[in-house]
Amino acid sequence: MTQGLWELVLKGVWTTLQLLVFSALLATAVSFVVGIARTHRRWIVRFLAGFYTEVFRGTSALVMIFWVFFVLPVAFGWQLVPMWAGTLALGLTYGAYGAEIVRGALNAVDPAQQEGGIALSFTPWQRLRLVLLPQAVPEMIPSFCNLLIELLKGTALVSITGMGDLTFTANLVRLALQQSAEIYTYVLLIYFVIAFALTRLMRSLEKRLKTGVGKEAGTESAARELKRARTTGVGGRVA
Amino acid sequence: MKWDWSAVREFMPHFWDGLLVTLQALALGSLLSFGLGLVWALLMRTPSRLVRWPVGVVTEFVRNTPLLVQLFFLFYVLPEWGLTFSALATGVFAIGLHYSTYTMQVYRAGIEAVPVGQWEAATALNLPWRRTWTAVILPQAIRRVIPALGNYVIAMLKDTPMLMVITVLEMLGQARLFSQQRFQFTEPLTVIGVAFILISYLASLLLRALERRLVR
Repeated sequence: MTQGLWELVLKGVWTTLQLLVFSALLATAVSFVVGIARTHRRWIVRFLAGFYTEVFRGTSALVMIFWVFFVLPVAFGWQLVPMWAGTLALGLTYGAYGAEIVRGALNAVDPAQQEGGIALSFTPWQRLRLVLLPQAVPEMIPSFCNLLIELLKGTALVSITGMGDLTFTANLVRLALQQSAEIYTYVLLIYFVIAFALTRLMRSLEKRLKTGVGKEAGTESAARELKRARTTGVGGRVA
Repeated sequence: MKWDWSAVREFMPHFWDGLLVTLQALALGSLLSFGLGLVWALLMRTPSRLVRWPVGVVTEFVRNTPLLVQLFFLFYVLPEWGLTFSALATGVFAIGLHYSTYTMQVYRAGIEAVPVGQWEAATALNLPWRRTWTAVILPQAIRRVIPALGNYVIAMLKDTPMLMVITVLEMLGQARLFSQQRFQFTEPLTVIGVAFILISYLASLLLRALERRLVR
């Protein structure tokens, strides 16, 4: 491979990383808002949040991307820059998966903690901010780590709509060189390295957050137990 | 926003064709991933490091890289090596391989959840290892993991649209073809979006019923 082609690939890596960061930020925001809304007192808030999760987890990420790229401009006249269209589609979809993680972790906090907050006459917002979240967030990290890897793999989907990410540049290089084994091997390796780096990063984040609330960070084997977030299925909470 | 019901009516025959291909790919891909996943899980239990290490590395690699790139890899590289398959077969293989690295974790958890007493009883009865696995361990392990496997079937369903990139005309492929011919994007894409939500919701209801019957 020539140097020019490598520069092209690097540009693709940069686009993929940008998209990953933006959509991860949107997905985090969505998952906390929706996940917390699912534990709200009013049933209408819980219902709307649940409806959101079911719809966005039910549909395929790729169909969602197509919808944002091709239907929004025609039907509503919203022509988004590709980067933002990709961020929107991925962030909303993976945010729905993340909402389940947030809800699960909030529900897993010992009820006595919640009652303690009530006994000290904290407002609901104070209970959430000072009691529930500091204990729930470290527990979410392993699942969020897996979701982040899924999101990284999901960013490859935007290449189908013509956005110049790593997968897209790989296809360009294949057309330029008329051979595919080499470039696709490199691209798979690049994705793997990014995923590996992200796993390490999240592991150290978990350690830091857990020492903050006086807990031992999970061991290697415990982390493997939690190998994958519940990015599967809709509705049922299955084994 | 304008909505054209006649476009929906014209799209529906293509939709059913696409649905059939999607379900085909899903069924075959699921079977492949269930089989391969079990093989990986059993290989990971062999005492030899020389087996466990390569299997572990390969499955970790496949799990952490995008299915889309794997599809491209199989679709373009295998013919260079002189292996040609139909697009659907390539797609089924890619999906099956990708998800087998997830189902292997499910099997592993299921096997580890079998109580130690069962192993001890099998040893006490002097069962050969083949009988121990086929008559004692696996029947109990697999029964436990069926709901979790079902979850991955739903996940696979949502990944089948990717087969479109290797020219398989499943639901999204049909929708794209239709919209490129008529310049009507809204209707076909919305129809299949709704179809995905409906199918995966129904499947999850089915799965919950199955789970109630199996896991006690």
